[in-house]
Amino acid sequence: MAPSLSLFVYTLLVVGTAVAIILLSHFLGKRPLTDEKTIPYECGMDPLDTRKHRFSIKYYIVALLFVIFDVEIVFIYLWAISVRDMGLFGLLEMFIFVGILLVAFVYAWIKGGLTWES
Amino acid sequence: MIVNIIGELLKIIIIFSVIMGIVAYMTLMERRFLGFFQLRLGPNRVGPGGLLQPIADGIKLLFKEDMTVLHARSFYFILAPIISFVAVLLCFAVIPFSGTMYITDLSVAVLYLMAISSAGVYGVLLGGWSSNNKYSTLGAYRAAAQMISYEIPMALALAGVLILSGSMSLVDIVNAQKGLWYIVMQPVGFLIFFIAVSAETNRTPFDFLECENELVAGYQTEYSSMKFGMFYMAEYAHILLASCLITVFFLGGWNGPVLPALVWFFAKVFAVFFLFVWIRATYPRLRYDQLMAFSWKFLLPLAFLNLMISAVLVVALH
Repeated sequence: MAPSLSLFVYTLLVVGTAVAIILLSHFLGKRPLTDEKTIPYECGMDPLDTRKHRFSIKYYIVALLFVIFDVEIVFIYLWAISVRDMGLFGLLEMFIFVGILLVAFVYAWIKGGLTWES
Repeated sequence: MIVNIIGELLKIIIIFSVIMGIVAYMTLMERRFLGFFQLRLGPNRVGPGGLLQPIADGIKLLFKEDMTVLHARSFYFILAPIISFVAVLLCFAVIPFSGTMYITDLSVAVLYLMAISSAGVYGVLLGGWSSNNKYSTLGAYRAAAQMISYEIPMALALAGVLILSGSMSLVDIVNAQKGLWYIVMQPVGFLIFFIAVSAETNRTPFDFLECENELVAGYQTEYSSMKFGMFYMAEYAHILLASCLITVFFLGGWNGPVLPALVWFFAKVFAVFFLFVWIRATYPRLRYDQLMAFSWKFLLPLAFLNLMISAVLVVALH
């Protein structure tokens, strides 16, 4: 079979299994539940608010940095498998590319984007 | 033609069943090993030597109350464990267990692995966010930030392997290690990959996903029944995947003298898995700011340095 077809069949198998397990436990599991049981567990306290969870800006900065570096890794992969044939030219090119990235990296470092404690 | 297709289908089903079986018994292995490390026996009552424990656990989980928390976003609440489970198991499609025993041999297998395994973050994040629980939400944010932070050093360490192999197909990478394993040529890359992958799988020095003493199990707090079971299976499948990846990229895959390829492959996978359990039994948890600083300020520059030095050496020697 073609590689993509095998992959497709396997994907169907995995997704099918996952959905089947969830459905099975839905039909086999006990019910009904009391209302008390469905209250979120917060170590015995009654939850004060629902669905209003703020989060620290630092997570956002980490996500931004991640996007930058992750996209660049795709370029690095393509370069990595052909660097042997490209020789010195490919090497210099990658040094310039990584150099530009390092400027951004050092900037983020100095500005405190990589520091977690405030 | 039809015989061929049936053969391929059988192979896919067999590989999937074997993976699920190994994952089930890895839970038992880990619990027993941890028991031995702590001078106790671990679960040994169900069946001979505790061998039926995973099956008993599975049946128990299936019959548990299937509950959804009050005010939870129920669609995402149910979707999250499915995403976690599917994202990890799909990665096994490209793992070559031996020269012929693999589901598919993609020419861009490494990219496929990075792409699919990253999707696992959605399972964790959606699971915590949709449960309408402060601890879960906090745990999910932490875990997501940790997983994406360690993904970059991991991917860069793999680039070092790609420079040596010149191909993204895992079968080619293993074949290229017939003479010398890449752990010898990429020792720094191996260390970075090992550390990053244990952070990706949320193993003990990095288990901020659970943090049982401050976040009461993090994103899993509100999960019960088989939904919890799927997160649990995904976690162990992820450890199996990590062991397989380390074997394929750094330990020469199925290569080895005398014994059959499959035996070599699984012996190496088991050795790496044992190392993971050993580390879990030995080290305490880090602090969260240390964890993030370690990834961004130490592993990432080190991975870049390793990549550049490998590239210069390969070009110079070529």
